Amino acid sequence: MNGIDTGFGVWNPIAWTLLFAGALVIAWVFRVLGRSDYKRGSEQTKAFLSGNEEPEPEKLHVRGDHLYWGLVDGLAGYYRRIRAVHTGVLSDYVAWFVGVLGVVLIILALVR
Amino acid sequence: MNALTTHAPILIIATPLLGAFAAPLIGKLGWTVRTAFAGAIAALTGCFAGLLAATLYTGGGAPIVYVLGGRLPLPSGLAAPIRIMLEVDGLSAFMALITALVAVVAVLYSVSYWKERSGGALYDSLLFLLIAGVFGLVLTGDMFNFFVFLEITSVAACGLIGFRTWRKRSSEAAFKVMALYTLSGLFVLLAVGLLYGQYGGLNIAYLATNLGGTMVDRVALALLIAGLAMKAGAVPMHMWAPEAYGEAPAPVSMVLVANSQASLYALFRVLFTLYGQSLSAAAVGWILIVLALLTIFVGVTMALVQKDLKRLIAFGAVSQIGYMLLAVGVGFAVLATRPDFGLTAITGGIFHMINDVACIGLLFLAAGAAIRASGSRDLHSMGGLAHSLKGTTVLFAVGAFALAGVPPFNGFASKLLIYESTFQLSPVLAVIAVLASIVLLAVFVRAFQAVFLGPRLIARPEPVPWPMVASMVVLAAVVIGFGLFPGFFIDKIVTPAANALWSGQGDYIRAVMGG
Repeated sequence: MNGIDTGFGVWNPIAWTLLFAGALVIAWVFRVLGRSDYKRGSEQTKAFLSGNEEPEPEKLHVRGDHLYWGLVDGLAGYYRRIRAVHTGVLSDYVAWFVGVLGVVLIILALVR
Repeated sequence: MNALTTHAPILIIATPLLGAFAAPLIGKLGWTVRTAFAGAIAALTGCFAGLLAATLYTGGGAPIVYVLGGRLPLPSGLAAPIRIMLEVDGLSAFMALITALVAVVAVLYSVSYWKERSGGALYDSLLFLLIAGVFGLVLTGDMFNFFVFLEITSVAACGLIGFRTWRKRSSEAAFKVMALYTLSGLFVLLAVGLLYGQYGGLNIAYLATNLGGTMVDRVALALLIAGLAMKAGAVPMHMWAPEAYGEAPAPVSMVLVANSQASLYALFRVLFTLYGQSLSAAAVGWILIVLALLTIFVGVTMALVQKDLKRLIAFGAVSQIGYMLLAVGVGFAVLATRPDFGLTAITGGIFHMINDVACIGLLFLAAGAAIRASGSRDLHSMGGLAHSLKGTTVLFAVGAFALAGVPPFNGFASKLLIYESTFQLSPVLAVIAVLASIVLLAVFVRAFQAVFLGPRLIARPEPVPWPMVASMVVLAAVVIGFGLFPGFFIDKIVTPAANALWSGQGDYIRAVMGG
């Protein structure tokens, strides 16, 4: 009733959720059993940056548009081409639309 | 109650249509009356959709035919049905439930979304017109009304996208959508005209009994595939979608997703019910599969580089259309041999429709709340909103995880069905689908980090009013409920819809033509 049988396997989300919750409890127990001399807000929790002062959080924050720059840079060739397709020009949109119609028409005309 | 049950198919369309035409008049009575009226129309429409679905499911899933101005059987002496008919099977009822959900949530969210108190009645009018058009599209049983409702959705959608006339980009997006939707409508009208010229009828069941795979049928099918796939947002005809979803108000973006899915429904109806196996289903199925793979890949990779929050979600929405196309394309490609995985694929694709509306809708609404609170939609200048908008943060995360297919949310359940069934046709299809989901998770991790995490960048973001939170909670409940109990929902509402496509053509035809 809860889960699904895909024909090749079974997915039971309730069982998965209970297992996941169990794993979280175990992780929490480990955390509680951690070092008792740890003190929040003391020198222990400050980042060590080779002896330099830690900058303000606003200056350290990695903005969203900086994430995955390496991946995007690696795919620069693909992105150059795919961005070039997204021109924002209506007549280009119509051309793609009519082009797809033409391809589908040819395929359907040829296939028996 | 019996009369309501009997007339539920037309009441579902008539109620929002009444709302659309009455809204400008009711709006003169003030904001409170206008809001109460909109809420009542949405609630009533939802009740009729629920009643219709319950009637169909308790009746064993046999199609319900509603004839305007007459009854079945047809007037004697006529070879073809000529009256306007609504025909409701498992798939139509399923789509009606999705549309009703979206309508109720959109109206609730809109109560506090608009800061301006003027122009709201016109917004309500266009919103209800769009909803009436979508209901008509998914319930109609003849091709001409199919075109008429398609046009109603187009006109209303363009009005809603360009509703904020003070934003230049909204007007530009509306203009582009208007041009493309008009072209799409012309393609569909030409196809309908070709079929009418060939067979002398417009009723879907009648046409389905007569289609013979002639060249005219093929040209009509090509026009229908291109026109409807474009309205659904399939790559490479998707360029309008990020602009429209991005520039429309947040609740409208969610309704536009339902509108795109109605076009997808129309495509599925044309393929499975109207054409069936009169043409090479394998070839048509592979056309859908190729479009689907392009849509998934381009949608996800373009989402990764967006700097505008709503455009990012919009490309995510485009990619999800690909998953549905992929699943149903696989099902159609194997329609002649009918292996078990074909039905599993269709079930996954249909299940993903409601999951997609809930996840993407939730993301658009949460983004709308974040943009409203921060006054920006640029990922570079947003950040730290989790400090102030804790509820919205959690709701956005739920939507993002679900869309990326993270268990135990609903997106995982439908994507699992899609992965495993498409793998049976070709492992390459499943690999691309899984990889795209992983990249999509990365996309939404980026969006979440940019908008909600980090130090507080906006001093005093505006709080999110309770109707907006409540509407997001409704969608989150669907996301979690469908994720935790997928078997129940698949059994009750998805399987009848999938069966209507997979093996329901005969029942659909017999309900009108007899025999």
